[in-house]
Amino acid sequence: MLKRTFLAGLAFGLTLVTGAYAADPLKIVYIGKNTGNPYFDSITGGFEDACKSLGCEFEFVAPATAEATSQIPFIEAQIQRGVNVIAIAPNSPDALNQVLDSAKAKGILVLTVNGDLTGNESHRDATILPTDFSKVGADQVEMVGSLIGYEGEIAILSATTEAPDQNKWIVGMNETLANDAKYAKMKLVATVYGDDQPEKSTTEMEALLSNFPNLKGVIAPTTVGIAAAAQVVQSRGIASTVHVTGLGLPSEMRDFVKDGTVTAFQLWSPYNEGWLAAHFAVGVLGGTIKNEVGATFDVPNLGTKTIDPNNSINTQAGLTTFDAKNIDDFSF
Amino acid sequence: MSATETSAPVSPREAAPPRPMWQVIVIRPETMTLLLLVVALFAASLLSPYFLDVTYILKSFTLSAEFAIVALVLTMVIISGEIDLSPAANMALSACLFAFAQQQGLPMPLAIGVGLVSGLVMGAINGFMVIRLEIPSIIVTIGTLTLYRGIAQVLAGDKSIRVPDWFIGINNVLILGVPVPVIVFIVLSILLGLVLGTTIYGRQLYQIGTNEVAARYAGIRTKRIKFVLFLLMGLFSSVAGLMTASRLGSVRYDLGLGGELQMVLMAMLGGTYIFGGRGSILGTFLAAWLLVIVSTGMTVANVLPAVQLVVLGILLIVAIIATNLIYSRTQR
Repeated sequence: MLKRTFLAGLAFGLTLVTGAYAADPLKIVYIGKNTGNPYFDSITGGFEDACKSLGCEFEFVAPATAEATSQIPFIEAQIQRGVNVIAIAPNSPDALNQVLDSAKAKGILVLTVNGDLTGNESHRDATILPTDFSKVGADQVEMVGSLIGYEGEIAILSATTEAPDQNKWIVGMNETLANDAKYAKMKLVATVYGDDQPEKSTTEMEALLSNFPNLKGVIAPTTVGIAAAAQVVQSRGIASTVHVTGLGLPSEMRDFVKDGTVTAFQLWSPYNEGWLAAHFAVGVLGGTIKNEVGATFDVPNLGTKTIDPNNSINTQAGLTTFDAKNIDDFSF
Repeated sequence: MSATETSAPVSPREAAPPRPMWQVIVIRPETMTLLLLVVALFAASLLSPYFLDVTYILKSFTLSAEFAIVALVLTMVIISGEIDLSPAANMALSACLFAFAQQQGLPMPLAIGVGLVSGLVMGAINGFMVIRLEIPSIIVTIGTLTLYRGIAQVLAGDKSIRVPDWFIGINNVLILGVPVPVIVFIVLSILLGLVLGTTIYGRQLYQIGTNEVAARYAGIRTKRIKFVLFLLMGLFSSVAGLMTASRLGSVRYDLGLGGELQMVLMAMLGGTYIFGGRGSILGTFLAAWLLVIVSTGMTVANVLPAVQLVVLGILLIVAIIATNLIYSRTQR
């Protein structure tokens, strides 16, 4: 019996053995927030296509869960693999500081892509943001306001409690609601967190509906959240009373828009973020782009980009709104 | 063999032949852990050319060292027939109290004292409920797991608390090329291993875990010994919490989230019997390295997290089946 156990151990050890990797060209890795998040497929697609045309080597890795510290072993592993560029969508604004510093000390170019280390910008070299994040909160409030006639109770269904971008946007939403007289009749009754997991987001959405029977609108500024919220509204058939909007992927939201569950939602192009980040990284390491505030550079298909204060680069100027009229034009 | 029977006139029952010496030494759960460790080292080296680098392996160990340190004490708790599931929450609360205290202007030595004393108090609370109120430890510590982390969240809110710069980076301090957390782990392993293996307290612990009532009638102060164990758990949890704070540079209420499972996993993989009475520090020591090697090896080879989870699951099941087999074979 015992011998068999040892053999089983050996066998499983051997199945681990797959292949080794060859190295030479510029190596770029993108570390996502977590696996199973289709949003990152689009960013990855941009990286991949850019690397095909630029001749770099690209890989995507991500931890199983989006906890604050779950990315640390992955960053350590990539340092050990000797990559030239670490691009990361950080799960925490400060838990990664120390390990990112040690990556920078090894001469690795550290970029945050689709999310930044708010307040800890010195621990990365530059950030590639989808759009001007300071306007997202206001845009989203305007979006939900237009759907509910600027009157009634609204709620926010976010990602994790520590997701830096979402938290920044939620602050923006609260400020907009408090300061702009246009939204005076709208009342934010709850902010809940679905942790970017479909099941938890669904549960939180259902709890919102039962706790706040007069709920008129839900803003879900995360792709997992908006899809889960739309699913709940669709299965309950309450699309005429509760309006779901937020940030979603056209590919995931298409059916909800076509059957009227969701009137409109917003996003940017994650694909272009990956495309821009790869061009930027290759340019900086190749010496053709200076990573300095105020410097400009050209990216094929995207035009001229400027490095804004804090070494931040916006992929596009404002949010794109998707509705029944234009949703078929987008494939990501 | 027959000579040993001469002074037993009452019982005519044949004694089973003693097991050969080599069996006693070789057929132990620790042997299996060691074997798995060797296999894992080979597999990981084959899996990725970047793996076999002592500096990298030691550095990766520091990411789990805090849990591993607590797992050593937990091993003794499990041997004594109890369990403690609250250490990770204890880590978070004591680290939060420490960070909060120094943020309020308390001098650092005092703030560290606050952290350590709070750890002891949390251990004492567990011990009091288990020993005085005689509530099963699994129920008590599931309760305090939630309670301690809840208090941490009330205290720190959703923000992270910074620690002073000089306090950051205990994992980067090397003594003879070995990071301090690894040294703490090794030294504690030797100390606790000696206590458990060579002292009367060690023997008494096994006795309590095997049969507490018999131990009490034999004059062993079971309650006092168990209470001291819970105090030790509390103290070392807070030490681990402070070490984590130093490694991350900031403290949040979710520090070490889910760590209790990793600690139990280390004890189980090392052959500690969940119902008490059996196990060893050596086993937990080896298992901690096994876990780090397996997960580091797969992460540096960019193995998908889903596959990593499957491998870890198989590992645990193999270990538990083997442990049970070995114990049932040797139980005569």
